[in-house]
Amino acid sequence: MNLSVLRPGPWPLIALAVSLLVVVPLATVVFASLGDAQGSWAHLAQTRLGTYTRNTLTLAAAVCAATAVIGTATAWVVTTCQFPGRRLFAWALLLPLTVPAYLAAYAYTDLLEPGGQLDAALRAQTGWSTLDLPPARSLAGAAFVLSITLYPYVYLAARASFAEQSGAAIEVSRTLGRGPWASFFRVALPMARPSIAAGAALVLMETLGDFGAVEHCAVDTFATGVFHAWRSLESATTAARLATVLITFVAFAVLLEGITRRRARFYQLGTRLPPVRRTTLRPAAAVAAIVGCALPVAMGFALPVAAFARLAWSAVESHAVQIAIEAGLRSASVAAVAAAIAVVLALAVRFARRFAPGPATATPAAACRLGYAIPGTVVGLGLLIPLAAMDRGFNGLTLWAFDWRPGLILTGTAAAVVIGYQTRFLAVATALLDGAFKRLRPSLDEAARTLGSSRLEMIRRVHLPLLRGSVAAAALLVFVDVVKELPATLMLRPFNFDTLAVRVYQLAGDERLPEASAAALVIIAIGVIPVATLSRLTQPSSARTKSLQPQ
Amino acid sequence: MTPRCIGLPLTLVLLALTLFAPGLHAQGVVNVYTSRHYDTDAELHGLFTQKTGIRVNSIEGNADELLARMRNEGDLSPADVFVAVDAGRLQKAVDQGVFTPFESDVVEQNIPDFMRHDQGLYIGLSKRVRVLYLSDRVASDFVTTYADLADPRLKGKVLIRSSGNVYNQSLLASFIANYGQADTEAWARGVVDNMARVPQGGDTSQIRALAAGVGDVAVGNHYYFARMLVLGDASDKAAAQTVRLVFPDQQGRGAHTNISGIGLIKTAPNRDNAIRYIEFLTTPEAQAIYALKNFEYPAVEGLELPEVLKSFGEFKSDTLNAAELGRYNRDAVEAMDRAGWR
Repeated sequence: MNLSVLRPGPWPLIALAVSLLVVVPLATVVFASLGDAQGSWAHLAQTRLGTYTRNTLTLAAAVCAATAVIGTATAWVVTTCQFPGRRLFAWALLLPLTVPAYLAAYAYTDLLEPGGQLDAALRAQTGWSTLDLPPARSLAGAAFVLSITLYPYVYLAARASFAEQSGAAIEVSRTLGRGPWASFFRVALPMARPSIAAGAALVLMETLGDFGAVEHCAVDTFATGVFHAWRSLESATTAARLATVLITFVAFAVLLEGITRRRARFYQLGTRLPPVRRTTLRPAAAVAAIVGCALPVAMGFALPVAAFARLAWSAVESHAVQIAIEAGLRSASVAAVAAAIAVVLALAVRFARRFAPGPATATPAAACRLGYAIPGTVVGLGLLIPLAAMDRGFNGLTLWAFDWRPGLILTGTAAAVVIGYQTRFLAVATALLDGAFKRLRPSLDEAARTLGSSRLEMIRRVHLPLLRGSVAAAALLVFVDVVKELPATLMLRPFNFDTLAVRVYQLAGDERLPEASAAALVIIAIGVIPVATLSRLTQPSSARTKSLQPQ
Repeated sequence: MTPRCIGLPLTLVLLALTLFAPGLHAQGVVNVYTSRHYDTDAELHGLFTQKTGIRVNSIEGNADELLARMRNEGDLSPADVFVAVDAGRLQKAVDQGVFTPFESDVVEQNIPDFMRHDQGLYIGLSKRVRVLYLSDRVASDFVTTYADLADPRLKGKVLIRSSGNVYNQSLLASFIANYGQADTEAWARGVVDNMARVPQGGDTSQIRALAAGVGDVAVGNHYYFARMLVLGDASDKAAAQTVRLVFPDQQGRGAHTNISGIGLIKTAPNRDNAIRYIEFLTTPEAQAIYALKNFEYPAVEGLELPEVLKSFGEFKSDTLNAAELGRYNRDAVEAMDRAGWR
């Protein structure tokens, strides 16, 4: 029996304190939505609310459907077929993950803009114009940009499922005489459905929370509505009501993800199954597979990168590089600090669950996982209100006690932004550590305790060395997410604090994309690091299995 | 612990300290909340620091965002001055009670009366004219007034950006002040009916689309066009050269002229530095950077205009008081919302 159950110590309190980072902004938004909107809500309901609802729902449905098809199809081909370039594509198909949707939106709108460079070249060469193409700034354009950058979530989930769960079943199905298509639709797809749905749920959350891409594509959704209400209508209440509606949508996505995950557990077998035997494709089919895999990579990664690279090249004499360096250093330092804090907090929550199991620690841990689903604009709104109140309260206190005011300690410094990043990305760190903690057997703790080590000593000498890899991975993922984050940074940042994302957003809004291009490339480059790592971690290839075996 | 174990945490702590150190009340700084974000501002701030030894901290953002921020910060706000690129936002700041009057001989000498708020709460630093642009496919008198934009004969021909944009909000606020709410809303509906596409992009994007044949008339501030002509790349220059700039309402009230300007914050922690900063911006030397490098018309008289502005010629401005733009801002936003103006 684990003694720690009897003496929970400070652990539940620690877990609770950490979870406040997520709970407080959520509660603030819901509470603020109950206030008096002074007619601005009624005005919004009569004018823009219908558009917000229609756009948000259409976009969510379109992006989920598109990513499910692209992600599943490419995952299937890469896992079960053999064709030239397969290994390369298995990795490259993840690359669009490094391009935040808003950057893809900037690249495509710039490229397709009437009177832009592509348009001029087209007219000169063919007499056609980009006017003959569908407009980039539209609902369809936004759906395209989001689909092409978010499909890797589905791809990752589906690939893991095809490779590890249905491998044997597909084998059986093929042996029993079913063709590859029938095996896919009748066996593999139904078995992978929970994984695909879980991937699509992540896509749904990202789509609902997206601000930069939809705003640039001239599509008004609830996420942009929160921003509009907050600044143009000057009503925190109306903004909070929109945010509450948005949270409700997101809660639906979280629920969906939870349900599918529970169902998925059914399928998970404890043992590692033999890898899928790949069908070698005939030349025509192989060409089709190559094109099918190359298209998403080209549209979601290569084309935006090439567009920014060309812009950066054309803007060498302007400040593009200087902007990238200045903002890059700021992004890197704030991301490093935020990632370090996130890892420490996530470790605290996980150790709390380990040393004091039970609802007192499980509930706060679950709350922390919600943060990733909360859209950035909602986090911004939900934190500004309580942090400013805390600042005012603290200054009132010091003024009364010492006749001195320290100023805005939270909202006037990077503290607010860093707290905002914790709210959003604590979930990323927790999710990564979850898996690692499950691999630490309880017998380890018992042995250490028997040998007389204290809990802190046990953490330092037993747990942390074993967790090192996961801790590094968690820090890395949070780091990258922070570098990409836009809306919460926009609302919470202090003086002289324009990160890469903010700089790019401002310059793009000002139609000075060439100056932003170098900074955009830096954001993408930083994202490539974890994708390379991530792909190794999740690569279900024999190479990895081999490396796990004793030498 | 070994030195290696200390290295990483130490670096992180130092990083955190540099990030969190506010330094906002330090000697020799001025804290600027600004909705301008031009590269020339860096040059301007460098010059100011060089002359006075006062460092400039700035936070750049949408004016409404900055005003919301100041509301939230209350009297703890570190802001010393607020710079807006639109008179409506300056007046909004006045209504929000964040400005305080100040006296300065330098400012009075440099800035003409009509560019100063009547109670001295803010001053204009540059003028920006919202003009019409015509494609080379239509006659030069195709459109001569703002009212024409709602004329049914322009169906599918009008290019203009979204209602979230402050320049459009102030344009409509000026109509509400001049012609009343009902006429303005009818006009807004007419314009929405005439739009060549859903409002998108900035003013430059409208001019590019005009040249590309998406529409025949566009609305935009004059300096975007000047910037394309002078600083644009080859395709922008070529596009701009096919476009004709028209100052509207020259027989009537004159072209809608907005200002960018600055005000001193009531709770400014560095009040003296802030006044020196404002004074500096009114000097011809600073104006040559602040206004002219962005092709705006300077507030200070007697400066030599760049060639491109000279080529636009003389024009008549609407003399509506800037305070009206702020007063009717909310009405303007709601009118556009009701007209279905994205």
